[in-house]
Amino acid sequence: MSGEEFVPLSLTPMLIGVLAAVACALPGNFLVLRKQALIGDAISHVVLPGIVVAFLITGVVAAAPMMLGAAGAALVSVLMIEAIRRLGNIEPGAAMGLTFTTLFAAGVLLLEQSDTSSVHLDVEHALYGNLESLIWLDATGWESLLDPVALAGLPPELGRVVIALLGVCAFLWLFLRPLVLSTFDESFAQAMGIATNRLGVALVMVAALAAVAAFDAVGSIIVIAMFICPPAAARLMTNRLEHQVAWSVVFAVLSAVLGYVFAGYGPLWLGFDNAVSAAGMIATVSGIILSIAACFAPHRHRSGAPAV
Amino acid sequence: MFWNALTLQLGYNATLVTIGATLLGIAAGVTGTFLYLRKRALVSDAISHATLPGVGIAFMLMVLLGGDGRALPGLLLGAAVSSWIGLLCVSWLTRLTRLSEDAAIGAVLSVFFGFGIVLLTVIQAMGAGRAAGLESFLLGATAGMLFNDALVIAVGGALTLVAVLILRRPMTLLAFDPEYAAARGINVGRMDLAIMALALAVTVIGLKIVGLILIVAMLIIPPVTARFWTERTDHMVLISGLCGGLAAWIGAALSAVAPAMPTGPIIVLVSFGLFVTSLLLAPNRGVLAVYLRHMRFQRRVHLRQGLLALAQGQPIYEAYTVRLLKCAGLAHADGVPTEAGRARAAKALRDEKRWELVRADQAFESAAALYDGLRDIETVLTGDQIAEIDQRIGGPQGVAS
Amino acid sequence: MSLELAANMGAAPKAEIPSDSPLAIRGMTVSYGQKPVVFSVDMTVAEGSMTAIIGPNGAGKSTLLKAALGIVQPLAGQALVYGKPLKSARHRIAYVPQRASVDWDFPTRVIDVVLMGLYRELGLLRRIRPHHIEKARACLERVGMTDFADRQIGQLSGGQQQRVFLARALAQEADLYLLDEPFAGVDAATEKAIIDVLKSLRSEGKTVVAVHHDLTSVRSYFDRVFLINTRKMAEGTVDEAFTSENLNQTYGGRLATGQIDQLELAAG
Repeated sequence: MSGEEFVPLSLTPMLIGVLAAVACALPGNFLVLRKQALIGDAISHVVLPGIVVAFLITGVVAAAPMMLGAAGAALVSVLMIEAIRRLGNIEPGAAMGLTFTTLFAAGVLLLEQSDTSSVHLDVEHALYGNLESLIWLDATGWESLLDPVALAGLPPELGRVVIALLGVCAFLWLFLRPLVLSTFDESFAQAMGIATNRLGVALVMVAALAAVAAFDAVGSIIVIAMFICPPAAARLMTNRLEHQVAWSVVFAVLSAVLGYVFAGYGPLWLGFDNAVSAAGMIATVSGIILSIAACFAPHRHRSGAPAV
Repeated sequence: MFWNALTLQLGYNATLVTIGATLLGIAAGVTGTFLYLRKRALVSDAISHATLPGVGIAFMLMVLLGGDGRALPGLLLGAAVSSWIGLLCVSWLTRLTRLSEDAAIGAVLSVFFGFGIVLLTVIQAMGAGRAAGLESFLLGATAGMLFNDALVIAVGGALTLVAVLILRRPMTLLAFDPEYAAARGINVGRMDLAIMALALAVTVIGLKIVGLILIVAMLIIPPVTARFWTERTDHMVLISGLCGGLAAWIGAALSAVAPAMPTGPIIVLVSFGLFVTSLLLAPNRGVLAVYLRHMRFQRRVHLRQGLLALAQGQPIYEAYTVRLLKCAGLAHADGVPTEAGRARAAKALRDEKRWELVRADQAFESAAALYDGLRDIETVLTGDQIAEIDQRIGGPQGVAS
Repeated sequence: MSLELAANMGAAPKAEIPSDSPLAIRGMTVSYGQKPVVFSVDMTVAEGSMTAIIGPNGAGKSTLLKAALGIVQPLAGQALVYGKPLKSARHRIAYVPQRASVDWDFPTRVIDVVLMGLYRELGLLRRIRPHHIEKARACLERVGMTDFADRQIGQLSGGQQQRVFLARALAQEADLYLLDEPFAGVDAATEKAIIDVLKSLRSEGKTVVAVHHDLTSVRSYFDRVFLINTRKMAEGTVDEAFTSENLNQTYGGRLATGQIDQLELAAG
């Protein structure tokens, strides 16, 4: 395939997919280690109302209001979950389920009611994203990468994803040590003076930031696959945290690239005309990678007592 | 028009849908209670999202066999099968790898859903308009539902409810105390499986009404609501069923009035409204009640500690305690006790000594178990017993307690 | 009547807070829901001593430590470390929590766990240098775990895990060591290794406080005891406070007479 076809039609979607996958896999490592994988489920659902409210307030779909909206929604839901848990002595899973389904339902209804025909924001996109359409029409080939005029026409989603990824990396680089300490041994971390509760909330909000970036690419629900599958597969490959994070990035990139390629070109190879959902295919590929790891990875077995 | 919808006067279809939704809501509320008590509430999220590939494959199979592809029973069967496979995957991942259950649930949920979306787009490519009906499975759509479909849902809901009613005693016992249930001969593994199967049935039947993304809410919100009203398992089951049915009934009626909006979110928000009301106003566990109780408790603790400090001539470190004592007329602003304060302090100290004896003596074991630092000893022992203890302690006799 | 009662109350010692006590707790009350687990407890730890906190299950032993460290929120009460509030004196305490509260499947090696003890020094961003690793290895050597430095923690036995925890605490170079059931579920060799380290700490002038579950070893391991059963029951040197009367009170008369005789108690 020539540069003339690839660069305008496939480069940016693939790049956005890859960056979004990595931005989610990084905090996903810690969500999985903290047995908070289902917070990823919650975040991916509540990001929708956050984005819709941000749009309703500002009238635009742009990086800053979206991220603020998502971070705000994440904060609101964490507080709601905690309040419900404490006030009623409710089991955490149920508190989470109640919170995120309600907020998601509110988001859907708001979306249906408001006029978002001018922007790429409707229920279908919210559910399974829009990756294939994030094309770069101003490009004419590989040389466009050096052409400032063409670069000005890059899809805005790319900028959003880059900002989210930078934010995620900054947070993890800065707070890696206290995060590891509080995940491994919370009492010890607290005795050291680390504000473990606030750190936990910060992690959730950073994950929400990543979810916003991924929302553009794969919509709400498939984000969960990006939070969980690459880190889970990486967890089975090694016993060293640094290696696990590295593997999770590798698996995320693989899922995104292969997913996009199979979705776009798979049907063509099989003799059909239309492409299938890139987001769905990315999730499917990440699931296949996880299954292969679950069957063959070197450290897939438990070392001690079975997890509850 | 809303009133007509509520009182089932909008015609056969709408009536059937409303009835079906209500039955479903009751069944979901009841089944969800057992899931909640077994601490498996979010497994229902995996169950629901894993239905999507099955719906897609069933559709494609039916079309290939020459049918329309949208026959509800066929689609629901496909949903049930793929959901069951999803559950098996969750179990497999948890048992055979070091991953914990939450990671397994999240992985199955999202991967199956993603694959289902892929199939949906394949179906879309198979011919324009074919997939239109299938998308309604995501968020639910009662508007324009076929009579036969509504019938399937109503009958399915009724059957599930019957199954729940038949199994409710062993399931309640199991949820309340698994060890006791096992001792009574209930096969715990099989009962857990039955609860999962019922959750699956509820999910599959509710797909068309609430949609797979939000059906979870019908299994989770009513039990949480019910939890605020009662401490008893059997009452919780009843209240949960009621709340679920009520939310579904009102929600379905509202949805009939607003046909352009997906039904699922409407029902969920009605259910949430019931929950918020319970959260705030429930008598024992509601926010208001808890706050008042906590304030009262804190006051009692501080007063007690203050009195004990006074009795032992120790300084009181916390200003709040001194304020409380002053307001109760037991001390002056500088911490010096009043007459009444001295008497109360002496009694508090004496009670502490009595409690010490009670807790050290095995003869008073059941009374000792009731010790919580604040309890009056007169509520736990008779006058004779207290006199006996007083003799052992020594000191002033015949003091009016 | 009230005057008589007042006269009978007797002179209780004024509870001043000594400014040099490594850990002074006053009026600590902690409750879970409406049930107090620790009620109005005072405690003064003597510098350079080895104190055992003992009491029946659920008596609030661990909770007392956690409340002093700010890990759980008390309903009332305060704790001072070397005369200062916790915030300014954390660097002088090392805490060894219960082994069960930790995720032993976490992807980390033994040496990494010990390096966690250097968090105060390293902060958020400082790189780990060779001298940090040297220090960590020295701590591992002190507990006899040098050969295990690169082992994954999930592969260790209970006793080995406990020793790694102790090495982590040693790395903190603190003055006060708070340990929660350090000897629970460990083998005899580990128990000896741990008590040797604790005694060497004491000979260096450090202070050790441990929640202890085994009454038979109190006398040989510790020089002071603190008995608690929701309320403080007794406090003092082993000779003063480790008496059958205090034990009976604390354990609610549940210790069989035979058990008590075996404990080499003080007279009285």
